[in-house]
Amino acid sequence: MTETHGTVSAAPAVRPTRRATYEARVRRRSTTVAALSTAAVLLAVVVLVPMAPGWEAVKRSFFDAEVFARTFPGLLNAFLLDIAIFAWCAPLIALTGLAIALCRDVRSPALFPLRMFGAVYTDIFRGLPVILVVYLIGFGIPGLGLPRPWNSPYIWGSLALILVYSAYVAEVIRSGIDSIHQSQRSAAASLGLSEADTMRYVVLPQALRNVMPANMNLLIALQKDVALLSFIGPVEIFRQAGVYKSLMANFTPYVGAALIFLAITIPATRYADYLLNRQRRRQR
Amino acid sequence: MTGKLSLRGVRKSFGDTEVIRGIDLDVGEGEMVCLIGASGSGKSTLLRCINLLEPVDDGTIRLDGVDIAEPGLDPRPVRRRIGIVFQSYNLFPHMTAAENAMLAPRRVHGRDRAALMGPVTALFRRFGLADRMDHYPDQLSGGQQQRVAIIRALAMEPEIMLFDEITSALDPELVGEVLDVLRQLHRDGMTMILATHEMGFARELADKVCFLDGGVILEQGPPSSLFSAPSQQRTRAFLSRVL
Repeated sequence: MTETHGTVSAAPAVRPTRRATYEARVRRRSTTVAALSTAAVLLAVVVLVPMAPGWEAVKRSFFDAEVFARTFPGLLNAFLLDIAIFAWCAPLIALTGLAIALCRDVRSPALFPLRMFGAVYTDIFRGLPVILVVYLIGFGIPGLGLPRPWNSPYIWGSLALILVYSAYVAEVIRSGIDSIHQSQRSAAASLGLSEADTMRYVVLPQALRNVMPANMNLLIALQKDVALLSFIGPVEIFRQAGVYKSLMANFTPYVGAALIFLAITIPATRYADYLLNRQRRRQR
Repeated sequence: MTGKLSLRGVRKSFGDTEVIRGIDLDVGEGEMVCLIGASGSGKSTLLRCINLLEPVDDGTIRLDGVDIAEPGLDPRPVRRRIGIVFQSYNLFPHMTAAENAMLAPRRVHGRDRAALMGPVTALFRRFGLADRMDHYPDQLSGGQQQRVAIIRALAMEPEIMLFDEITSALDPELVGEVLDVLRQLHRDGMTMILATHEMGFARELADKVCFLDGGVILEQGPPSSLFSAPSQQRTRAFLSRVL
C-alpha cells in the first residue's frame, strides 16, 4: 500500500505530465513578455523624461541630493509626531467606531434616539471632506477662547480625525455585523442567550474578524491624513518639509517626506492585502 | 392528563402564506414523536414555533400546563427548557466544541468554566467525542459537528429536545452516528420531537408518528399502524414515494 502510493506520487518528478509541460511553457512565455514590456516602459521613461524642456529645472528643485541629505534627518524627526498622533488616535477611533456601530444595531424602542444618533453621526462625518472637519474643529473650538492646554491644536485636530474615521470604522463594523448569518443569532437565541450576550459572544467576534482587512485599509488612510493637521499648527512632517522648502528654495524635502510615508504605507498595504487574501481562502 | 407538551389550534403565517393551519398535538413525558411529511409541509416551522423562535399567530402551546404561546411573554425562560438542533448545525465557528457547549450555561445559568468542565466532559465522552473537545467546528466532520450541536443543547439540561431534520445535511455514512445519539437519548427518557426523513428510524423508535400535509396533521398514530395501514390517501401516496 505505502509502496504503491510512493511510486504514484514520485511519477511527476521523473516525467512531467502533458499538462505540467504545457503550463511550464506558458509560464516561461508570460515571464518573458512581462520582462520585455517592463524594460520598454522603463527605457521610455529614462530616455523621454530628460528630453522634456523643463527637466533640468525639475531635477534641480526636486531631486537635489545635497538638500535631501541635509533635510532628511529633520524630516524623520518630524515624522515621529505623525506617528504619535496616529498612535493615540487609532485606539480611540476603534472604540468610538465600535460604539457607533453598536448604537445603530440596538433594537429596543427606548433606545431609538441612540440608533438615530448613530445614523446621523455616520451620515455627517462620512459626508464631509476630512480637511473641512479639521479646519472647522481645529480653528472653531479653540476660537471659543479656551484656556491652555485646552486650546491646543493637537487635541482638536486629533478629535477631528477621530470623528471622521470612527464614522468609517462604524460603517465597516456594521457591514461585518450584517454579514453574520441569521442562523447564528437563531442558534444563540434557542439556547436562551440574551440579545446583548448574542452580540458580544457570538456575532461581534466573528464580525470583527471578517472586517479586519477593511479596517487595516482605514488605518493606512489615517496614517496619511495625519498630515492634514499641519494646516492648523502642529509641525509634523508635511509642515516641516514646507519649512525646509521655504528655507532652501527647493522642493526636494517633499520628495523626502513622500519616501518616508511610502516606507510605512507600502508594507502596511501589502499586509492588509495578505490578510484579505488569507480570509478569502478561508471562506472558500 | 395532557402530558408534557400540548398544542391546540396552533397557526402561523409568513405574510399571506399560512404555513401552520391549526395543529393539535400532545407529547407525553419521555415520548419520542416523529413529524414526517414533504418539504414545505410545516414540520420545521412547527418546531421553531414550539421553541418560540417564531411567534405563533394563534392557538395555545402548553408546557407543563402553562401557556407559552401567550403574545408578549419573555421567550428566554422557555428556550432554556426546550432545546433545538438544526439541520445546518449552526455551531459558533470561532469557538471550540467545548466552548460552544459551555457558552449558554455560563451566560444564562451563570455557572463558571471549572464547574461546567465535569458535566460537559461527561457529555462529550458519552457521545464519543471526548478527544474532539478542543477542536474548532471546521476541524470536525459533519456528523461530529451535529453531535456537538446536540451536546450544546443538552448542556442547558432541557426538558424537551427538538430536532429539525438533523441528518438531512449529512453524508449517508455519517447518519448512523447521529441516530445512535438519538437512540441513547430516547433510552434515557428524554422527551423528543423530530422532524425527519429517516422513515426506518421513525418506525423503529417513535412512540407516535404524525404526517403533516399543507400545515395540518393529516394523520397520527403509533408507527406500526401509520406505516403499515395509513388511513388517508395522501399519507399512502407520501409513504409510497419515500419508503
